[in-house]
Amino acid sequence: MLIRPAADLRDHDVTDQALYLDRRRFLALGAAAGTLLAAGRGLAATTGDDAPTPFEAVTTYNNYYEFGTAKEDPAVSAPSRLKLAPWSVAVDGECAKPGTVALDDLIKPLKPEERLYRMRCVEGWSMVIPWQGVPLGQVLKRFEPNSKAKYVEFTTLADKAQMPGLRVPVLDWPYVEGLRLDEAMHPLTLLATGLYGKDLLAQNGAPLRLVVPWKYGFKSIKSIVRIRFSETQPMNSWQKANRREYGFYSNVNPDVDHPRWSQASERRIGEFRRRKTLMFNGYADQVASLYAGMDLRVDY
Amino acid sequence: MRWLKPAAFAAALLPLAWLLWRAGFGSLGVNPVETINRFLGDWALRFLLIALAVTPVRQWTGWSALARLRRMMGLFAFFYVCLHLASYVGIDLFFDWAALWADVLKRNFITLGMIAVLLLVPLALTSTNAMIRRLGGARWRRLHLLVFPASILGVVHFWMMVKADIREPLVYAVLLAVLLGWRLWGFARRAQRA
Repeated sequence: MLIRPAADLRDHDVTDQALYLDRRRFLALGAAAGTLLAAGRGLAATTGDDAPTPFEAVTTYNNYYEFGTAKEDPAVSAPSRLKLAPWSVAVDGECAKPGTVALDDLIKPLKPEERLYRMRCVEGWSMVIPWQGVPLGQVLKRFEPNSKAKYVEFTTLADKAQMPGLRVPVLDWPYVEGLRLDEAMHPLTLLATGLYGKDLLAQNGAPLRLVVPWKYGFKSIKSIVRIRFSETQPMNSWQKANRREYGFYSNVNPDVDHPRWSQASERRIGEFRRRKTLMFNGYADQVASLYAGMDLRVDY
Repeated sequence: MRWLKPAAFAAALLPLAWLLWRAGFGSLGVNPVETINRFLGDWALRFLLIALAVTPVRQWTGWSALARLRRMMGLFAFFYVCLHLASYVGIDLFFDWAALWADVLKRNFITLGMIAVLLLVPLALTSTNAMIRRLGGARWRRLHLLVFPASILGVVHFWMMVKADIREPLVYAVLLAVLLGWRLWGFARRAQRA
């Protein structure tokens, strides 16, 4: 399992900036040379380690369409626009103790944890990110979900004054995501408030975001303002936008392709060759049992 | 007007020079492979549109010297198409022929992109004066009508590739529609007169 306490994450685990730049230059050279090379064989997956992706990459290559659809848009426009405090989360639906809770009151009672997780985007790239946060299950428990609560729905802030991307109807705003209750209560599921030992930056979904490491990245909803327990399966934004391409579960699965591209491999940011994508993003031992008996080609 | 062709030639190499410059300075961003492939694809499509714009712009402006750039722009379109394809096969897939074949068969946007490339190959091969003479003007012109389906496929290829934000491919589609529409309109008028 790829969970490590903070003490294990030393400076040398993180790629040195100079080395990183060097590697990029090497990549560029390789790219130029690669086009000339006619040789080359099958995709021997690089089965390297899971070294954390450089902080610079994690914080400048983001999908956060509320701040623009280009990868570099959120880092440029989110930090100066997104007002992070005061922040509160409205919790309602099928639970005994609904209410609106200030961020501090939601997180502070719990012990922060460090998790080093792989993050696999549905687009075919991946990162390794050291998060800080609290297990979502512990947060949800205090609202005492009732017996009708089968699912949890999350909503991102949608404020036109702060988010220029909302002017474009790329998705049906606000951004909505959902989990089955047992997925939400799973110990791997994290409600993150920081990465690399610092508070989350706006472009990474500050001040509070979900991290579900065995699902494609878009399930890990950013800047959460509402959590709702529901009896019926929530309609998440990407499923609503294109039901054929994006399902409710969206578990990382190398055997179920996106209709327009293969999910069998991925490019780890900072690496040149693609690597093989792992079932449930490498967390099968912990989460496969959640889907026992299900046909993952149907429930993709 | 002796400067026109060399100037256009140099200008058409600027995008490639810019890409190599950025590669040399390691400023291709967080995902260099994606950056290279997108950049080359963008320019392949742009040069296709530029090549298709030469004749209408010449007719609108009356600047007849532009006609001398048509073949060069078409060949530059093919040049960037080849680089785009090479970066996909050589850099993105790293010559994984099995993955390439699966992509071509299964991914509609890649299938269409490949067809577009195949349509452009005979046009590039018959672009020399000798080939034009060998084919004869009428046959050569008929063959080169293939540039129209190829550029439509190119725009559709881009459109199908984007996830949700279709604004950029929409711009290409509108420009292409104008360039093709202008020709259709001219064709209809000539047919009416005849």
